[in-house]
Amino acid sequence: MTGRPTTVRVAGGQGFWGDWLEAPYRQVTGGPVDYLMMDYLAEVTMSILQKQKSRDPARGYATDFVTQMERILPAVVERGIKVTANAGGVNPRACAMAVAAAAEKLRLNGTLKIGVVTGDDLLGRLDGLLARGHDLKNLDTGRPLKDVRDQVLSANAYLGAGPVVEALQRGAQVVITGRVTDTGLTLGPLMHAFGWTSDAWDQIAAGTVAGHIIECGAQCSGGNCLYDWKRIPDMANIGYPIVEARADGSFDIVKHPGTGGRIDIASVTEQLVYEMGDPRAYITPDGVADFTTIQLSQVSKDRVRVSGVRGKAATDKLKVSVAYFYGYKAVGTLVYSWPDALEKAKAADRILRERLDALGLKFEAIHTEFVGADATHGPLALKDVDVAAIPEVQLRVGVRARDEAPVDRFTREIAPLILNGPPSVTGFAGGRPKPEEIVAYWPALIDKKMVQPAVELIEA
Amino acid sequence: MKKRLVDLAHARSGDKGDTANIGLIALKPKDYPLLVKQVTAARVARHFKGMIKGPVERFELPNLYALNFLLHGALDGGGTISLKTDAQGKVFSTALLRMEIEVKQ
Repeated sequence: MTGRPTTVRVAGGQGFWGDWLEAPYRQVTGGPVDYLMMDYLAEVTMSILQKQKSRDPARGYATDFVTQMERILPAVVERGIKVTANAGGVNPRACAMAVAAAAEKLRLNGTLKIGVVTGDDLLGRLDGLLARGHDLKNLDTGRPLKDVRDQVLSANAYLGAGPVVEALQRGAQVVITGRVTDTGLTLGPLMHAFGWTSDAWDQIAAGTVAGHIIECGAQCSGGNCLYDWKRIPDMANIGYPIVEARADGSFDIVKHPGTGGRIDIASVTEQLVYEMGDPRAYITPDGVADFTTIQLSQVSKDRVRVSGVRGKAATDKLKVSVAYFYGYKAVGTLVYSWPDALEKAKAADRILRERLDALGLKFEAIHTEFVGADATHGPLALKDVDVAAIPEVQLRVGVRARDEAPVDRFTREIAPLILNGPPSVTGFAGGRPKPEEIVAYWPALIDKKMVQPAVELIEA
Repeated sequence: MKKRLVDLAHARSGDKGDTANIGLIALKPKDYPLLVKQVTAARVARHFKGMIKGPVERFELPNLYALNFLLHGALDGGGTISLKTDAQGKVFSTALLRMEIEVKQ
């Protein structure tokens, strides 16, 4: 028998590309952990990376990850911690080579194995797939992808934990992937460590729930937590979450001692419901988790136990995320002060719209918000507010069009309002807004058998 | 008497395309049945009238004393297309907490 561990600790180090740079280092040095998982890929990120790669074939990955690895590799190597990250973007191999170069300074003499997971990138295969009848219909609208084929910038299937497990089994200490699901980066280590088979549906579901809880970093340990938020301790020093899992699939959510934040049933529940669809069917490439079976209990301070998770068999599809060029948008803002702040802002909006109309500009949408009055809660907010007392309101007008010309003309219509519109206006120091390209997102499904994940190992 | 949801529940929201989700969680487990009874999909649709274009779906999670709402057509196209400040529906949850429901004294 191989010696299986009784518990495995997977630490969440980054909830998105742009998350706290201090968190990974704190996770690997603040106490014992076996794995560090880091999520870098939002839907729109892939298209940005694809654009970078088209300009320079050596790019197309999350460069911050390499800087981060330079910092944490000494501790990671010394402590034998394994790292899983989807920082590879659309160029996992180049990302791995960059990490290998960073590792060279540590003189590891080829002892660091970096696993590279590819096979998710469908951009080069797209026409072949469409020709063979995989029409990649938009899950929301039902339209076939051929309608926007010419505008497609990136297309990636979401891979599951499988190739992460394979890389770990082949001895990788660092696993760098492209579009692997956020949850797969946590589930993979647990499957590998406990020897869970790919049809152990309850354990797969449990590992998926564990991954969901820690994939947004501190958002389960007191960050962005509405419940009792004023009394969440020492947020400046917030502890990122750690899954402490057992072979039966039950696990605790904990954090390193001495860190801030809070792990309780409220903070974990808020993260469980985040971005949730049908709770009975949380679908990943690895299986289907039933969130209505999750049982939570507070075992001790900052330790919440998760048990009872049930799962069902995986589907025969993979989700595909396609990014395509959509058009242009721009947002202009001005700030109006008391007295009559909201009335002035509303008047300015009316005048602006009249001028845009007189210019004959055609937009797909014009959207006005009065920040400080109705931007986040719409008309619901104004019922409860003494409108006359509002000290200032930011007028925020956005426009969207398929062509750049009307959007560009719009950006020149904001500043004139300062001198030729309603009074008491300020807050324009940022200058004229810039038209921005819109890259839109097209969710679709593809037959699993059409996507073959690949794993290779690089020694550094 | 009437009570605001902010005094009975906490919440978090997120997005999937043009759909915002709101997870509404009872502050005290004993209040969960009250939420189930009164914070219906139809009631939530009325609350957000004019702010969302599509229907509202509701799912129950009695194990977490939580309800999950899907608000379709809530985000002006969602993601990168949306012109809204809250393009990803991050604070839709707090707008729901303004709702008033009837509670026994």
